[in-house]
Formats: sequence, structure tokens, C-alpha cells
Amino acid sequence: MSSTDQKGLRVAITGGTSGLGLALVRELADRGARVAFIARHHADVERVSSERPAATGIVGDVSRKEDIHPIAIQVLGALGGLDVLINNASSLGPVPLVPLADTDCEDLERALATNLVGPFRLTKALLGSLAASAREGGCPLVVNVSSDAAVTPYPRWGAYGASKAALHHLSRIWSEELASEGIRIVSIDPGDMDTPLHALAVPDADRSTLKSPAIAAREIADVIAATGQGSARSASLEREVVQQ
Amino acid sequence: MIPASIATQRPRDARLLVIDERGAITHRTRADFQTLVRAGDVVVANDAATLPASLAGIHVPTGGTVEVRLAGRDSLLPRDVSRFTAVVFGSGDFRTPTEHRPSPPFLRAEDELRLGPLRAFVLDVLAHPRLIELRFENPVADIWEGLARHGRPIQYAYVPEPLAIWDTWTRIASLPVAFEAPSAGFILGWDLIDVLRKRGAAFATITHAAGISSTGDAELDRLLPLDEPYNIPASTAALLKACRDRDGRVIAIGTTVVRALEHAARANGTVRSGAGTATQRIGARTRLKCVDAILSGTHEQGTSHFDLLRAFQDDDVLSRMEREADAHGYRTHEFGDSVWLANSRSRRIEHEGDLRSCA
Repeated sequence: MSSTDQKGLRVAITGGTSGLGLALVRELADRGARVAFIARHHADVERVSSERPAATGIVGDVSRKEDIHPIAIQVLGALGGLDVLINNASSLGPVPLVPLADTDCEDLERALATNLVGPFRLTKALLGSLAASAREGGCPLVVNVSSDAAVTPYPRWGAYGASKAALHHLSRIWSEELASEGIRIVSIDPGDMDTPLHALAVPDADRSTLKSPAIAAREIADVIAATGQGSARSASLEREVVQQ
Repeated sequence: MIPASIATQRPRDARLLVIDERGAITHRTRADFQTLVRAGDVVVANDAATLPASLAGIHVPTGGTVEVRLAGRDSLLPRDVSRFTAVVFGSGDFRTPTEHRPSPPFLRAEDELRLGPLRAFVLDVLAHPRLIELRFENPVADIWEGLARHGRPIQYAYVPEPLAIWDTWTRIASLPVAFEAPSAGFILGWDLIDVLRKRGAAFATITHAAGISSTGDAELDRLLPLDEPYNIPASTAALLKACRDRDGRVIAIGTTVVRALEHAARANGTVRSGAGTATQRIGARTRLKCVDAILSGTHEQGTSHFDLLRAFQDDDVLSRMEREADAHGYRTHEFGDSVWLANSRSRRIEHEGDLRSCA
């Protein structure tokens, strides 16, 4: 795929100021996509905004119900519509990791709020825009960032693993249901990456064995490009006609 | 009619009053809507999401509290959010019926308004002392953030609980450009859209900046609807053309769809795609060029929405509709029951036996 395949593609990325999310902001912006990114902390959003002034930074927390529509409104205000939503923001649950039997219920709820309910809410709020992209000839896509912990029962990864397993299954069901609208939903496991989240989970990991988030971001961008296959271009052409 | 006072978009017991091409009235449930749609029809909805267009704040020259309701804008372009037409109310909020709201301070050009994080100036006072053109001074991204964070959905006293923004978004809500919910679209769910397609109908959308429905001031209400920008995707125009060619019907979900499609319609009933601004009034004397039937909320006489229905059916039929709706306890306003009105002057009646002559 040449980088111009993603020119003009309208992409929103949650958790866009560190780790894989930040790498995705950089990769997709470099490929010519129009990017809006969301993160919880104003200072982090400012920092990435100054690095990437063409991208739009939005302060918001996907685990908070009240933040979802303000996030959606600002994404749509910045991009004028949406072709790709990447639900990347993730919570580990209790840190340091503990066995499920020692996991506070509130910590499980927090992991579910960020990793399952948040992506569900944000996708729902933006579904109308994704369907509009499909009707106008685009090939809209939702990428839910998953993990091998979604399928393998790693001890001490209970809150995270259970929430990612639920997200993975949600993606599969939704993908079946939304096929008739032309919206695709995929769940992608980017592999073990050298990110702040991984460092929190496994502080003594040998970082040389971990994948660079930039490489994972490139792989995900390739998946998006393969899904688009030129139809995103016809949609953006229509938009140009409409929005000039 | 009784106002619907609970913000439920798809109440299970919602009713549907059906008026056919010849003015015959039947009472159905809203779940029956799908059975009125036939293979070959195209169902067109407004996919505008609702802006939190009510902004509480201060009129800086007097220190008086105001509520500014954004009501109009020149285009749907996302970067074009500095200038709005707005209706200004005095102190209080939606809990006071609009007709009892105190007047705002006397407004003049160049007055500053502080609306939460947003700073605005009155550019001009328009055809009424409470109708203004304003300009936000903030950068565009900050205007969007200010609206998203500080704005609240426009609401009326008949719904006592504060609306959340998600109460006002239809299932298909896309670009946030409507000042009030395009509420006829509350009927839509993804399941229903699927059912319509399975019945052989097409589903299409326009995006139309639905304006405010009422101000509580008779003189100001007479200025409604204000000009409303809209966009018709090329894909929608193509579906409408194909529908005309096979002699299907165009079914509009809501008054805003009628206004946009008729504004963009050519004499042969096809529409121009692209951006436009609907400036026309639709009423008893309007000859509809494109739309064959409307699914709408129930509207009361004297409102611009009701006037639009007069293009579909004669006044005596609409009077009967009102009597029937009253007698059968229909609920009105955005969370209320629905009506289906076939266009009694549709080409398919006038040209019976020669339906293709207009296609």
C-alpha cells in the first residue's frame, strides 16, 4: 500500500498520547489521514498537539458516560465526518497486577468501563457517521485494539483479560450485524509492545524482546488501507465536492 | 393534544395516524410503519445530530443572565462555526414555559456575551429584539469544545427532566448540525432500516440543520423556520432518481427532509445533490415536486411544521386529523406519536393511468 491510500481518510484514535495510540496518530498523519485523537489529560493532549499541529487533540475520558457525546461532537467538528474509529485507550485494571480473587470489584468495573463499555458507547455515538461514510461510498472501519490476554487465560491479568475478551466478542458480533450497513468492525491484537501500559503490567520485562509500537501502528495502518481499497478515495472525492 | 413529557424515543405504545392519498384516516401503531413502505420506495431521513445549542451565560454590558439558543448558520461546514443566528431569552431555563420567560436585557450590536468558556459578540440585532447574529471570538476548535462541554440541548417545559444530549440524537445521528432534534427520525433503529431494505425499499439520508420550533413569542415564531443549510449526498440523489425511474414513492422522515428535498428538487422530481440553504416556506399553496409521503410527529395548528403538512393534504382533512388525534389521546411534540400523510396531490393521483409521464 502506498501512503497516499490514506490521504483524506478521517480517523479518530482514543488513547492517542502514549504507546500504540501515539504511534497510530503519527503513522496515520504521516500517511495523509486527517486525525483526531482523544486522551484524558490536557497536558498530554497539548504535548502531542504541538508535535502534530495538523491533528486535532480532544480531552476526554471514554470510561465516563458524560464524556462520550462531547468527544463525538468534537471529533465530527474537527473532521466533518468519520471513516475510521480506533478504540485504543485501555486500562489494565489493578496495578500492580493481582489475582482475580484479590481484585476489587471496583477495579474490574473500571477495566470494563474503559475497555468494553467505553468503546461500545463511543462506537454507538459515531455509528451514524460511519454509516454515512458507507452510504457515500466509503469503507468505514472500527478497530478495537485487543490483546492475546483476550483469548489466553494469563494469571493476574483477570480484569484486563476479561474486559478484552468481552471487547473481542463484541467486535465479532457487531461485525456480523453491521455488514449490511457496510461498516466493518475488527479486533486486532498488536502483540506485546514496549509501551507505558506494558511497563506498568510487567515492570521487569526485557524491553528488547518487546515490539515497537511504531511497528504495530504500521501494521494496523496497513490493515486499514487494505480495508479501504480505494473506496475511501471515492468518498473523499464526494466530500470535496460537497464541502468546497 | 397532550404533550409527551418523557424523553423516550421509541415508546412501545407509540401510535401512528395514517392518512392515505384520498384523505382516509386510520389509526395504527408506530410499529406498523414498515408495512406502509413498499418495494421500490425510498425512505429518506435527516441524519443531522443535535448540537447542544442552548448556552447559558451573561450579557456583559448589564451583567444580566441570558440563555442563548443557537438557531441558524450559513453552512454545514465544520469550520464555519463562528457566526450563528440565535434567539436570546432572559433569566431562567427550560423549566419555565418559553412564553413566560423574562425578556433578555436590551441587546445592541457589539454587546459582549460570556457563555461559559465561549465569548461572543452581538454582530447585529435582526428582525426582532431577541433575534441576533452573533460571532464567537474563540478559535474554531475551542468553539466546538465549548459547545460540546458547556452547551445543553434545547428543551421545552413539557419535558420536566433535563434532557441529556443522547436523548436528542437519533440512531443515525451523524454531523452535529441540528439546533433541535430531527425528531421524526426517532422512529428509526438499525433493525428497522434493515427491515425496510428487506422489503425492497431503499434507505437514504440528507443532512439538514433543523432549526428551533418555537420561541414563545408570536412575532418571533412568525419568522420561523429560519433559513436552514442542508446537504444532499450524491448517493441520495442517485437513489431518488432511480426511485423516480421505477415509479416508486419518496417517503420523507420529518419536515426537514421535505424542506431540503423540495428546495433541491427539479421540475421532474429529481434533486440536485450537494450543499444548499432552504429558504422557502412550504404551505397550502406549495406543489410538492419530489416527496410522496411524510412520516412526521404530530404538530399543532399555527406552527410552521403544521403549515408544511398543508402541502400534503387539504385543510379539512388536517382538521379531521387533529380532531381524531385529540379524540384518541395522541401525544404531541418530539417524543410523541406520529402521523403518516400521503401527498394527496401526488402525480400518481393526478396522472393515474399515465404514471410515467412525469418520471
